[in-house]
Amino acid sequence: MNAGNYKSLPKRPLWSIVGEKILEVIIRFSGISAIIFVFAIFFFIFREAAPVLHSPNFKLKEFLFSPEWYPTSAVNVRYGTLALTIGTFSVTALAMVIAVPFGLGAAIFISEFCGKRVKETLKITIELLAAIPSVVWGFIGLTIMSRIIMQVTGAPVGVNILNGGIILALMSLPIIVSIGEDALKAVPDSYREAAMALGATRWQIVRRVLLPAAKNGLLAAVLLGVGRAVGETMAVLMATGHAVHIPHGILDSVRTLTANIAAELGEAPERSEHYRVLFLTGVLLFFITFVINLAADLVIRGIKKK
Amino acid sequence: MSKQKIQQINKRTYMKKIIIVALVGLTAAFIGAGCKKSSQSQSEVKVIIQNKGSDTMVNLAQAWAEAYKKVAPNVEVEVSGGGSGVGIAALIKGTVDIANASRELKPSEFEQAKKNTGKEPKEFTVGFDGLAIYVHKSNPLNEITIEQLREIYAEGGKITKWSELGVTIPGVKDDTIVRVSRQSSSGTYEFLREHVLDNKDFKLGSRDMNGSKEVVELVSSTPTAIGYSGMGYATPGVKILKVAKKAGDPAYPPTVENVLNKNYPIARSLHLYTLGEPQGEVKKYIEWILSDEGQKIVQELGYVPVRKIGEKK
Repeated sequence: MNAGNYKSLPKRPLWSIVGEKILEVIIRFSGISAIIFVFAIFFFIFREAAPVLHSPNFKLKEFLFSPEWYPTSAVNVRYGTLALTIGTFSVTALAMVIAVPFGLGAAIFISEFCGKRVKETLKITIELLAAIPSVVWGFIGLTIMSRIIMQVTGAPVGVNILNGGIILALMSLPIIVSIGEDALKAVPDSYREAAMALGATRWQIVRRVLLPAAKNGLLAAVLLGVGRAVGETMAVLMATGHAVHIPHGILDSVRTLTANIAAELGEAPERSEHYRVLFLTGVLLFFITFVINLAADLVIRGIKKK
Repeated sequence: MSKQKIQQINKRTYMKKIIIVALVGLTAAFIGAGCKKSSQSQSEVKVIIQNKGSDTMVNLAQAWAEAYKKVAPNVEVEVSGGGSGVGIAALIKGTVDIANASRELKPSEFEQAKKNTGKEPKEFTVGFDGLAIYVHKSNPLNEITIEQLREIYAEGGKITKWSELGVTIPGVKDDTIVRVSRQSSSGTYEFLREHVLDNKDFKLGSRDMNGSKEVVELVSSTPTAIGYSGMGYATPGVKILKVAKKAGDPAYPPTVENVLNKNYPIARSLHLYTLGEPQGEVKKYIEWILSDEGQKIVQELGYVPVRKIGEKK
């Protein structure tokens, strides 16, 4: 291109101006569309679920606080989701206990401590981890992991919270690592140089400078990991044992909200009570993720104010 | 720009064009193939029969579909599982030609199908199945009664440990019975609830598997497990218990004879359901299933064959 004669720029042609306007509208729509979709989805789910709120078989207190889930009972239909909610929380919590230290550790290592070659190899490998379909993860949990868990822990059944937690941790690791690494990379090099000039060791740089500077991004990484773990369906369906049951330890089987919807929605006749209650568990799930995100947002704001 | 560069760029755009043409071609080919399939099924050249339902019967249905290809090459039977409830739900919606069910249609489902599609579901009994009770092969137990099964599986039942049945499992510290069950869309689940649990609910906390095979698999890898599944799914890792109606009665294993002469207490019929009287290829297919050839396959897969067409009881 001729970079020299920018002084005599020609007038912009009409199509360029119109094109720009159109592009602007498209981009604006893309921005708003996320909000529209979220509300549309919520509206749809709630519309499917709403009629059951008036049903005589349905009690909100039972729905939230009873562990008894008997949607197809011949004598006494009960829709209690407490066991399922606890199942979702326990598996997610365990997954995060495993994935967060490993994920953030890996992110720090990749961004700060390793050479360029190792960095590229690690990044590609970790991203490959994200490409494994969840059914395959579930199958690994069902066959390989369950045997290992039975041998190591002596548990009677290998499909349990521990199994599901490990599988979910492995599934959310790539997200935590790659977003965490991006967050660390976004910290300006001048911070590192300044710290180094003051005589800080590498560890001090990471702990005192990089982690505080990148904490929003790191929190986002963890949160996306949590989101992945809460929403995962197929792998937990296969790895957790699918038992409606309030667990007493990490070697107990549980069923999660998502797995329950996946397993039962296909059989529930459309617009039946069971079908609507399943949608209501969808609303519950929506609400849980919303609260988690909101809490995290507030935490970030709190940190910023300080 | 140098000539070489221009050539390179030309080459690149050329490549791009080739790729685009190839993609468009491929898409067209796919769409074409899709159209061909549907148009063929409308004319009488190639017929696709949609077949869905019971997981207990999915192996059987697949074997039939496979063998039927040789009988009528122009008919393709597409088989999928999911559970009797899933098949019946699809029948009510009118999205399948044949629904497989290892339980009978409920009156409410019959009415729904009639209301939805305007046709009455028609039932064909195509075989029998003994519902086998599986335990791990190291389990010393040999017999069980219906009542014991109810105490193990039903809500409020008292048996939770193997020692309460008078057996100790070798090499196990905690002898709590691990109950393996099925997801609630399963016909096997409903059959057990109706005929063993007297319509009581299942105890919570059972491991609910999504297929007949998974039940047997989990039992074979768990020494303290008990599970129920079709008798055709036995593997070397599990043991099938003999079942007695009540304590003191003789216990019978689920064999073909015992199921046919009703000695085995938890046997059920396997059904196909169609909407209204089956027509054309579907009718021929069902007739073939009920012929000697189709029934031989039933026996080969470990189920119990029938010969006569069963009207609704």
